[in-house]
Amino acid sequence: MSQEIKTFTISVYTENNIGLLNRISAIFQRRHINIESLTTSQSEIKNVNRFVIVVKITEEQAIKLVGQIEKQVEAIRAYYHTNEETIFTESCMFKIKSDLLFDEPQIQNIIKESDSRIVTVNKEFFVLEKTGRRFEIEALREKFEVYGIMQFVRSGRIAVTKDEMKVSEILEAFKNQ
Amino acid sequence: MNTETIKKEKNTSAKTEHISGAEAIIKCLIAEGVDILYGYPGGAIMPVYDELFKYQGKIHHVLTRHEQGAAHAAQGYARISGRVGVAMATSGPGATNLITGIADAQIDSTPIVCITGQVPSHLLGTDAFQETDIVGISTPVTKWNAQVTKAADIPEVMAKAFYIAKSGRPGPVLVDITKDAQFEEFDFKYEKCTAVRSYNPVPKTDINAVKAAAKLINNAKKPMIVWGQGVILGKAEAELKAVVEKSGVPAAWTILGASALPTSHPLNIGMVGMHGNYAPNKLTNECDVLIAIGMRFDDRVTGSLDTYAKQAKVIHFDIDPAEINKNVKADVAVLGNSKESLALLLSELNTNKHEAWHQEFKDLYAIEYESVIKDDILPEKEGLTMGEVLKEINTHSNGDAAIVSDVGQHQMIACRYAEFNHSKSNITSGGLGTMGFALPAAIGAKMAEPHREVVAIIGDGGYQMNIQELGTIFQQKAAVKIVVLNNEFLGMVRQWQQLFFDKRYASTEMTNPDFVTIAKGYYIDAKRVTKREELADAVKEMMASKSSYFLEVCVEKEDNVFPMIPSGASVSEVRLS
Ligand SMILES: Cc1ncc(C[n+]2csc(CCOP(=O)(O)OP(=O)(O)O)c2C)c(N)n1
Repeated sequence: MSQEIKTFTISVYTENNIGLLNRISAIFQRRHINIESLTTSQSEIKNVNRFVIVVKITEEQAIKLVGQIEKQVEAIRAYYHTNEETIFTESCMFKIKSDLLFDEPQIQNIIKESDSRIVTVNKEFFVLEKTGRRFEIEALREKFEVYGIMQFVRSGRIAVTKDEMKVSEILEAFKNQ
Repeated sequence: MNTETIKKEKNTSAKTEHISGAEAIIKCLIAEGVDILYGYPGGAIMPVYDELFKYQGKIHHVLTRHEQGAAHAAQGYARISGRVGVAMATSGPGATNLITGIADAQIDSTPIVCITGQVPSHLLGTDAFQETDIVGISTPVTKWNAQVTKAADIPEVMAKAFYIAKSGRPGPVLVDITKDAQFEEFDFKYEKCTAVRSYNPVPKTDINAVKAAAKLINNAKKPMIVWGQGVILGKAEAELKAVVEKSGVPAAWTILGASALPTSHPLNIGMVGMHGNYAPNKLTNECDVLIAIGMRFDDRVTGSLDTYAKQAKVIHFDIDPAEINKNVKADVAVLGNSKESLALLLSELNTNKHEAWHQEFKDLYAIEYESVIKDDILPEKEGLTMGEVLKEINTHSNGDAAIVSDVGQHQMIACRYAEFNHSKSNITSGGLGTMGFALPAAIGAKMAEPHREVVAIIGDGGYQMNIQELGTIFQQKAAVKIVVLNNEFLGMVRQWQQLFFDKRYASTEMTNPDFVTIAKGYYIDAKRVTKREELADAVKEMMASKSSYFLEVCVEKEDNVFPMIPSGASVSEVRLS
């Protein structure tokens, strides 16, 4: 198995119970694995949560992590995928002084070319939201940085997988058991 | 609670009663068949103790002298009986005192349920008196845990707790119940949990994997079995015996697997691991097929993984998918319950005898006997050895006693030399190596199976870690036999200091109290042996006693336990001296 360190996206379907976040993050902490990003949300299934966790590890580590996560009583299933096996995105927001819109004509061009969206504008500042790959967000951040950014925030990765994750089937089987 | 996520036993006869949360807890325990629980009261759990008072005669609460003792007693109860052990404590310090026992149960897969009181729900998060985040603290060392803040949730959480603790690969569960939930009244009805949606305790055994395993075993020239506690937890002792006898494969055990096959069985080739037997350690690196059954390739078993059984095809039977390829890569993995998978394997196996191969084990045993065992059990030197004490105990137990050992040199000697005819007879803290385990665990074991002889073998160090439980023994009249092998050292650490730190004995020498007087202070019959001539009679007297008995044996101070695989070395580098 490849010992190369790669970016893996770990998807975990869980029951919606408090404490699980702790249980799952402890699995990473104990093994000294840095979590690049972690997002939890409702999944496509009612009352089932989905964790999307991004880590840079070897495939062997990914397999073991998924095993340890699935071992948790309230984790329904866990999967790992490479970038190529997922469709993923991040989103970010910039808060920027409104003056710049008028003082720096370049800013308008940057916004136009950036495929981003203005969320709000007032006299003091405007807020821009962009969704995309990390390098796109980074490129945009670098462009604005020259003019000054009041606030910047970026979300963790969210991802869907190209192949199926048959969680509904598991839950259905349980119902009919 | 989301009730879609669990399945409950249909219990039409269960009637609904309007009772308090505290009473409900007791009723849940009784419904789960709990006859004894171990614990210690305090503010946040007082409503439950009040109910225990009312339920005297229906359920027996044992007041230990420390919550750690309660947790270990629950473990001892579970380990000897296979039933779920129960420990109870108050919030804050009571709850944190349980943690060592919980961690021990987690790593040794022991089914226990711990119930802790918690401050009233409106005080949660306020740093209230004796508030501690025990759910947070216990998360990494429990199989599952939950906090209950409403009485109505108690039956379902308790049902889930027992189901999770005992199903699949067992483990500890903690349920934290706020005081207001204990007082609150509600309509109680109990139905046992039979399944949890997100939890697959027993993965299906794949018959093709079994066939692949059988093929490897049938074609092997030098196969070797190493079994672990999974055989005992899966109640697969008979299946293991049948597999061993039909295939003729020599079989070794991990410390927690001990006693699943009698020590006297001709194909039982002894213990693997750091202080295991010479032959199975050495030949691990010469076998062609290594059949691991319900064991997890702990580092104390494998030594250096880089040089562990590299020549062998590895077959791994386990109930826990996370164990497969965790430490040692398996060529064939057979998931599932050991009882089922071994039964399937049996029908695929050819009858075989591996006499020449088995002889290699016997030859190495002869070497170990000459250079280690003989001097351990039939010493010619003046000082008493731990090994001869074990030999004397065997003489009187006939291999029928349960041996509860603590942690250190005496533990390794006990596991190496104790004879076992019956399963669930070697109760020791394997994974965590918790000094202080044995005395309270022996109490739990004796109370769970009163008809069994229970002998605790403890070092002078570990004995003093939970010596207060003598009070529990006395109060409960638990007929535990306690043997302290006193070398006036933290022996195992001293051994390492001698071998690896040029004999710099930093803080390992112990100036000990008069243990006999202490035992007598608890009204426990007690004797000290300092000479070989006294040993046989003293052990005989202890074993004949119908009540608890304390025997201190003053042994040679600086004896070492061998064989030994130095940490980080290969199993084939096992040393005899
Ligand atoms: C709670 C705990 N603390 C420390 C240790 C480290 N340790 C392992 S063996 C040992 C010495 C045990 O001494 P003793 O109980 O006298 O038994 P002996 O080795 O002499 O038989 C120690 C300190 C441990 N295992 N558990």
